[in-house]
Amino acid sequence: MGADVKASLKLMIVDDSNIIRRRIERSQQIARLEVVGAASNGREAVELFRRTRPDVVTMDLTMPEMDGVECVQKLVAINSNVLILVVSALADKATAVDAIEKGANGFLCKPFTDRQLNDALAELLSEA
Amino acid sequence: MLKEAEIRTFIEGATNYFEVSAQQSATVGSPYLVTDGNPGAYEYTGVIGISGTRKGIVYFTAPRGMLTVLLMRMQETDTSDDNIKDLVGEVANTISGNARRDFGKSFVISVPVVIAHDTDKVTAPHRRSYVIPINWRTHSAKLVVCLE
Repeated sequence: MGADVKASLKLMIVDDSNIIRRRIERSQQIARLEVVGAASNGREAVELFRRTRPDVVTMDLTMPEMDGVECVQKLVAINSNVLILVVSALADKATAVDAIEKGANGFLCKPFTDRQLNDALAELLSEA
Repeated sequence: MLKEAEIRTFIEGATNYFEVSAQQSATVGSPYLVTDGNPGAYEYTGVIGISGTRKGIVYFTAPRGMLTVLLMRMQETDTSDDNIKDLVGEVANTISGNARRDFGKSFVISVPVVIAHDTDKVTAPHRRSYVIPINWRTHSAKLVVCLE
């Protein structure tokens, strides 16, 4: 394999909204990313994460069962190399800082355009 | 009691939602105060419970026609009842979450509760609510803010 060929990366989508899960899957246009699963709450996400071992995760924060911040901590404890983009409506700076401190790598505020989503994912992947 | 600046926060949240998600502006009518505890509702309502330093609810209520077109503008082909309910909850969640930009982290929001096909079940916890009328395309909806 040539040095310029980048390996594909597995993406897991976590959001309690079905339309947001579908929207992210449909709108993300990063060729390297392959969606391997979607979860509707933090508890499901941890189980799916163990099974599918994604490299990249988009993470909602306000969810039933287990919220996104707790989920971020659990995912990072399983694999500290995972790249997590928080996608949340919680627009205060303290929440973004808290998520980053718990192990997330980026923050995208809802509502978002397709371009904003792809820019945020591309920026996240520049760390990979 | 809401201050004028606080009402403006919710107005901006509502207009921003349509501008970004639907790529089409909504207009907002003059907000008004309802004092009989019955701000009213359309067919679908997404209710967000507010706790922390402020207590009460924020809800977004809209007719099916508006929500269906909104889904279509978001390139969503599945306009089933489940997705309509999901959308009305997501709109309420997004506007309420965005309000934390001004209200701060102590404005704690719940996950959405959706009430569909039963407008009588939509009730406000206090007698006083502010209603923000939202007009988008040919449709009308409301954002209701009922905080202590």
